[in-house]
Amino acid sequence: MSEARLISLTVNGETRETLVEPRRLLSDVLREDFALTGTHVGCEHGVCGACTVLIDEKPARACLTYAIQMEGHEITTIEAVSDAGLSPLQRALHEEHGLQCGFCTPGIVMTFEAFLRDTPDPGEEEVRDVLSGNLCRCTGYQNIVSAVMKAAAEMREAAGD
Amino acid sequence: MKPASFDYHRPQTIEAALDLLARYGEAAKPIAGGQSLGPMLNMRLARPEHLVDLNDLVELDYVRETDTELEIGALTRHHRVANAVEVGRSHPLLASAASTIGHYPIRQRGTLGGSLVHADPAAQLPLIAVLGNAKIIVRGQSGTREIEAGDFFKSVMTVDLRYGEMVIAVRFPKLLPGTGWAFDMFSRRRGDFAIVAVAATLRLGDEGHQPVIEMALGGVDAVPLRLDLGDWFENRDITAAGWTREAAAHVAATISPEDNKMVPADFRREIADMLCENVLTAAIARARGETP
Ligand SMILES: Cc1cc2nc3c(=O)[nH]c(=O)nc-3n(C[C@H](O)[C@H](O)[C@H](O)COP(=O)(O)OP(=O)(O)OC[C@H]3O[C@@H](n4cnc5c(N)ncnc54)[C@H](O)[C@@H]3O)c2cc1C
Ligand code: FES
Ligand code: FES
Repeated sequence: MSEARLISLTVNGETRETLVEPRRLLSDVLREDFALTGTHVGCEHGVCGACTVLIDEKPARACLTYAIQMEGHEITTIEAVSDAGLSPLQRALHEEHGLQCGFCTPGIVMTFEAFLRDTPDPGEEEVRDVLSGNLCRCTGYQNIVSAVMKAAAEMREAAGD
Repeated sequence: MKPASFDYHRPQTIEAALDLLARYGEAAKPIAGGQSLGPMLNMRLARPEHLVDLNDLVELDYVRETDTELEIGALTRHHRVANAVEVGRSHPLLASAASTIGHYPIRQRGTLGGSLVHADPAAQLPLIAVLGNAKIIVRGQSGTREIEAGDFFKSVMTVDLRYGEMVIAVRFPKLLPGTGWAFDMFSRRRGDFAIVAVAATLRLGDEGHQPVIEMALGGVDAVPLRLDLGDWFENRDITAAGWTREAAAHVAATISPEDNKMVPADFRREIADMLCENVLTAAIARARGETP
């Protein structure tokens, strides 16, 4: 009924093939088949945000996506956020003390890389609203909010406005 | 938490999807955004043998306007419903309610059709559909049905949809010019389903005429509850101070929410009371052209 099938999907710009049962979560395939363990897994029902990746540039829960659905789509994970060093958002999280254990951080970075592309000049309220989709058990949210605001300002400056 | 095995189908046309749904009947489930079905599958609360993926049916991702209606395709994501210019212009209440669903990444995936069929009693989109008398367009191999939202929702997570059918689109009557509107909800954490959600539209009557007020509540019954307040508003003066307080108290006394340990009925009634007052106050302000 549900034999494994060979699928091909684009992950961080590379075409990858793997044999999957239809029920395999994208989060598991990224971690176990492709060794991309930066995508973290917390709740597996969409609440914690740790598994957030980009599907065709938009943030989505990898735990609510079956890998087989991703044929023909582009996945971006935390491993591809920056080619060299840290992205402005990652740097701001570091400077503002926006992480402690770092478990939640990949999901936060993926969410806000996408959000800031869509909304380069967000208000703090908006940032807090978006951050509601990522649970952090150790840092507290103040520093994460400051980091996002700082990164947004830096990215606007770099873009020349 | 991993789902039980299922077979996976990815139809390229609506006809092919209906074909699969008809062929597998009870054993099949469509998947759209997967933001409600995903958790159900992962927790094995749902164990379909066949998953029919609707995500390639991009022709069902649209927002279209006629003179009187706003038609939105079943596969339109919440983020688009919340942000499309057409929705903001002709049904700002729908846009406002959609912007409060779950979280930003949830809204990028979750769809209008999925939300209506999932039919959580406290969900935003079913509430707005019921309040505004939207029509739900459902298609199966034997043809298309148009169902009034008030008839579509049967009970908790149960809708008038037969095996083999899928939701194609929803038609929302546009809000008439001059209509005041408001939506408000209470949840313990941002992004959770509401404990109670309230929406209202309000049009001031001409000199000597009564205003037209429509109101609906989510989370206080098995399906969104549309209230007929016509009798109550008869002979009331809604320019008098304190009418929103009185109206809210009346609504709170009318409803009979479920009583359970997590959310006692009295608590739910108090929240409904507070939300109704907020919503009526904001709606009348908008009807008067003020910013609430
Ligand atoms: C963390 C989190 C928070 C959330 N918070 C909220 C909230 O506050 N308010 C809220 O309303 N929702 C909330 N949701 C749910 C979200 O809105 C879902 O997107 C929505 O309920 C279902 O839409 P979907 O497209 O994801 O449907 P799916 O999950 O794919 O499907 C849901 C159901 O609908 C059926 N279905 C889907 N499309 C069709 C169709 N076209 N025709 C027939 N059947 C169909 C499926 O078979 C399934 O039974 C939340 C979800 C998560 C994970
Ligand atoms: S693991 Fe996907 S949201 Fe928690
Ligand atoms: S830094 Fe530890 S969970 Fe956020």
